[in-house]
Amino acid sequence: MKKIKAAILGSGNIGTDLMYKLERSSVIEIAAVIGIDPDSDGLKRARERGYPVFDNGIEAIVNQPDLAEIVFDATSAKAHVRHAKVLKELGINAIDLTPAARGPFVCPVVNLTEQLEKDTTNLNMITCGGQATIPIVYAINRVANVSYAEIVATIASKSAGPGTRANIDEFTMTTRQALEQVGGADQGKAIIILNPAEPPILMRDTIYCEVAQMDEAAIRQSILDIVQEVRQYVPGYCLKQEPLFEENRVTVFLEIEGAGDYFPPYAGNLDIMTASAMRVGEQVARYLLDGRGVSLGTE
Amino acid sequence: MERNRNLPIKMTEVCLRDGSHVVAHQFTTEQVQSIVAGLDSAGMHYIEVSHGDGLGGSTIQYGRSRVNEMELIETAVAACKQAKVAVLLIPGVGTVNELKQARQLGAGLVRVATHVTEADVSAQHIQIARELGMEVCGFLMMAHSAPVEKLVEQAKLMQSYGAEAVYVTDSAGALLPEQVRERIRAMRQALDIEIGFHAHNNLSVAIANTLVAIEEGATRIDGSMRCLGAGAGNAQTEVLIAVLDRMGIQLGIDLYEMMDLAEDIVGPILPQPQEIRKGSLVMGYAGVYSSFLLHAERASKRFGIDARDILMEVGRRKAVGGQEDMIIDVAAELAQIRRAGV
Repeated sequence: MKKIKAAILGSGNIGTDLMYKLERSSVIEIAAVIGIDPDSDGLKRARERGYPVFDNGIEAIVNQPDLAEIVFDATSAKAHVRHAKVLKELGINAIDLTPAARGPFVCPVVNLTEQLEKDTTNLNMITCGGQATIPIVYAINRVANVSYAEIVATIASKSAGPGTRANIDEFTMTTRQALEQVGGADQGKAIIILNPAEPPILMRDTIYCEVAQMDEAAIRQSILDIVQEVRQYVPGYCLKQEPLFEENRVTVFLEIEGAGDYFPPYAGNLDIMTASAMRVGEQVARYLLDGRGVSLGTE
Repeated sequence: MERNRNLPIKMTEVCLRDGSHVVAHQFTTEQVQSIVAGLDSAGMHYIEVSHGDGLGGSTIQYGRSRVNEMELIETAVAACKQAKVAVLLIPGVGTVNELKQARQLGAGLVRVATHVTEADVSAQHIQIARELGMEVCGFLMMAHSAPVEKLVEQAKLMQSYGAEAVYVTDSAGALLPEQVRERIRAMRQALDIEIGFHAHNNLSVAIANTLVAIEEGATRIDGSMRCLGAGAGNAQTEVLIAVLDRMGIQLGIDLYEMMDLAEDIVGPILPQPQEIRKGSLVMGYAGVYSSFLLHAERASKRFGIDARDILMEVGRRKAVGGQEDMIIDVAAELAQIRRAGV
């Protein structure tokens, strides 16, 4: 079967983990792994796996625009602002794994299909905390109308790279916005906590929702359904215990174990990001294979 | 007292921030107005006003504020003639947006707080606070939980971002006097900036620890009147001022005015006397973040589990400050185990 060519831009933790995941794809072929440091672990591994490797960043794509139809950007929010413009001009679909939020927010089990019908120019993957918690907020909102959603994402210190650490405000603000825009909460709030315990803790997320129509049975079922859907691409996505109900409040505890591709399994936060991006990339690839082509938005 | 550093001591009263935990974040503008006016008149240097978990802390996770903290900050600023209003910011909970708002309202000092091993998340907040023209201190929380070398390394990071002082923050009230001594001493040798100390009285050594810290060279000191702070409270401000006076250290803060304020205004606000009871004692003993106390007591009622068992388990799982959600999770789990076992 024909596959769509994709490039991974960024050879850090996220880009490298994504490489191992995309290897298993039936619709995407890795056409290039692009970094800026020829000695980076990510580029070394890409070379070992036999992929075309470039160390001149976005220039690699500018020089050879037919290299890929999809570019996964796993650099930084700042770099992506520049990359987004270049990729759009070249008519290449961008899947943005940084919190730059240039394009619309996408969460695979919530709005991917809808978004693909509209515009695939630049799809933003929100944040790891967003990918983990928005499905739950959405699931509660569809049966109970969420007026307020608050999430607490606790991740192992070791799984938070320098990008996350330097931009922790971007994490909380982007996640909050997406809880509202994608999750459907009238109002959102996001908290992130780094825990340095050894051995490292699995990613844990707590979701508090205040709802307008409390219906315990319907909410419980809706949550169980969405957890099953997310588990199709993040097998380690689990309810840590039964949802708790108190007055108009629902509390959900999640624990996320990663697939252990490049990161150790405790880094469920990184795994859910790359797994979600792959899911989105594969859907875009299927659209391209169906000949539905690139829709370049309103221009 | 022989001090290892002869800079003036700058005192910060934290009852309107750390004490916010004790009153479940229910402070009113009237309370803030009268306490701040009294402190200002007595000569207090800095007065911290924020949600207990810092700017942006009004949440389900930590408890919602009765009055928006920005309104409380504005009230405090208006009540000050000489004192500076301070705010607390924990990156990951609050953002620079709330900091800018507090600055606009007149807050002059921010303490940017991180877990003792995670100082690098504070870089953007410290830098922006400096750009806003604020005085900035770093606040390394749960300082008992990391080796001294780690604490020093993290303090140096905060110094490099532009902090003017770094605090050893004993959030769990777990440090013993000699542990305070080695920490402050190591920091004094490694840093060029001021060192601060923030105590909790869970093991009844808050004043003792503070004295050791001052002796070793700490010059930024926190206290709360009537111990109105999380857990068993902090170093009791009016007591500390009296003790320091007896030791020949004058802070320029009027002792009688502080006594009256503590007795007449703060006293009636206390839901119960801040004595060391089993909950706060076990926190100091197990090294658990002091603001977990009320949450553990609530979870204890809701799930029928001894608050001490919850706190010990949370300590065993190495929860850091801010992980209040783990308290409910642990309590629900313990209740489940108990049901299964019966």
